[in-house]
Amino acid sequence: MNRREKEQYLREYAVLKSKGKPFFPYVVAKDGGMVIVVIGTILTLSYLLGGTIASKADPTTTTWVPRPEWYYYFVFELLRVVKPSSITPLATVGIPTIALLLLLLLPFYDRSPERHPLRRPVATTAGVLTILAMAYLTWMGAEGGAPSSIDMKTPPSIVKEGGAQLALYEYGKEVIPSSGCLACHKIGENGNPGPGPNLTRIADRLPEAGIAQTLRNPTAPMPSFKNLPPQQFKAVVNYLSTLTKEHEEEK
Amino acid sequence: MLKLPSVPGATPPRPGTPAAEPKTKLDNAAEAATAALGWLDERTALSGTARFVMFRKVPKGTNWFYTLGTSTMFAFMSQVITGVILAMFYDPSPNRAYESMRYINNDVWAGQFVHGMHRWGATVMVIFIFLHMGRTFFFGAYKYPRELNWVIGVLLVLLVMIMAFTGYLLPWDQRAYWATAVGVNIFASAPIAGPYLGDFLRAGPDFGATTLSRFYSIHMLVLPGLIMGLIGAHLYLVIKHGTTAPPWVTAELDEELRSEEV
Ligand code: HEC
Ligand code: HEM
Repeated sequence: MNRREKEQYLREYAVLKSKGKPFFPYVVAKDGGMVIVVIGTILTLSYLLGGTIASKADPTTTTWVPRPEWYYYFVFELLRVVKPSSITPLATVGIPTIALLLLLLLPFYDRSPERHPLRRPVATTAGVLTILAMAYLTWMGAEGGAPSSIDMKTPPSIVKEGGAQLALYEYGKEVIPSSGCLACHKIGENGNPGPGPNLTRIADRLPEAGIAQTLRNPTAPMPSFKNLPPQQFKAVVNYLSTLTKEHEEEK
Repeated sequence: MLKLPSVPGATPPRPGTPAAEPKTKLDNAAEAATAALGWLDERTALSGTARFVMFRKVPKGTNWFYTLGTSTMFAFMSQVITGVILAMFYDPSPNRAYESMRYINNDVWAGQFVHGMHRWGATVMVIFIFLHMGRTFFFGAYKYPRELNWVIGVLLVLLVMIMAFTGYLLPWDQRAYWATAVGVNIFASAPIAGPYLGDFLRAGPDFGATTLSRFYSIHMLVLPGLIMGLIGAHLYLVIKHGTTAPPWVTAELDEELRSEEV
């Protein structure tokens, strides 16, 4: 906005203001009505949903699927949407940072005097698209079980084997996501890319005994899982020891 | 310049007013109140400011979308009050945090209700701050002369989101612990500054005891102070510049003005 446009705006604003109504009581009444709605909503939500707490934090038994508050789902969801693990940090931290900078500097690069949303097509479109993208990611985060389940086909050779081995395999596939492993590990496209290594082909580099040893006695920050019930422990180790390149390519 | 009406209470009762009716208790109370206000005003000279704030004109067309900022502020005030109450019982040590939350929920009178208000108030505040930001965005209210107010607003969004993040850990239950562990990991995976940020948030290499007390002091001392200061600056600028008129209300299109021109 150049000087003329600024002055024109101030003049027009002065006219509109002089034709307006006093803050008290007109705006105070409207604001007051809305404040009653706001506080009423908080009271109602608290009455209906309360302030529940889960079981006490326990760094050694992760029976809880790590999930942030719903308004952080979109960050969480970026982890899953952006597939190649080498660029996920850029996405999960980079995208919100860039968005924040774009917002912060908005008045400095959008300098046109136009204020009507329909006559600011670029700004309005960008705003609507941002809202849609965030709504979509939030919805995905609420819908998708990630990382509470492993979304991978059972390799045909294991299906063919059937019986106890297949049952143990399926059990392990359930136990792993419900033990919080996917908070730190990625198996296939499931879970977080860090801080633990990708486990998609773990059996190619670590024998079954080595996996069991890692679970009992890991290096920090991975917690020890030696307190898992034996059946679950066995299932986890068994499942991981089937994760080979060979099995992956079968599918 | 705006001509202000005189302060009602500051002038002494006019001589010669009919003394017929005897003074009631109500009259005495009213007199005492105006005397007290007069005393305050004599020393602060705030009544002019108060009158300016309350009776300043608000442009034509101001609608319900303009209540979203005030709504955010009241949600924040609710958070402050419930937060202060929770802090009376909460103990930020890893051995006691969870038990103190249990105590608040089960034994403190209305404890779970206040806890619930704080939990859901956070959600409500996040919703309203985004609605308010959306309103000012689509109305073009961030343009001259209100750019600085927009910048302050974006900082407020950032602080409120960090507020929600740090508060989530405090109950020290499984949900809090694991969600925040993952959250910190995400921050720590950032390029360049990530590892330092991770160490700072965890208060050391491991996520644990020290993390909790660090989050607590950030959540209940550092951020509320910053947010209050910024809200103060925000409101000062709102009053100084006045709130915008909706962009579709323009002086040229105003019918009276047009008929004047003809
Ligand atoms: C707090 C995050 C975290 C959680 C939760 C976690 N891990 Fe780990 N895990 C790690 C890290 C970090 C390493 C790398 C440690 C090292 O280099 O020795 C690791 C290493 C491993 C390894 C060895 C990988 C290799 O390439 O040598 C296996 C196997 C493993 N984890 C399995 C699991 C399983 C199974 C679970 C769930 C029951 C689990 N982890 C839960 C962080 C985690
Ligand atoms: C704690 C958070 C906030 C509080 C308490 C707050 C409060 C207010 C209030 C009471 C107003 C008066 C008009 C109205 O209510 O619409 C206002 C105006 C304004 N706010 Fe906020 N606000 C907050 C956050 C934000 C954010 C996040 C932004 C944008 C990024 C923002 C940008 C603005 C702008 C540009 C105005 C001027 C609007 C106009 O003149 O029409 N505010 N704010």
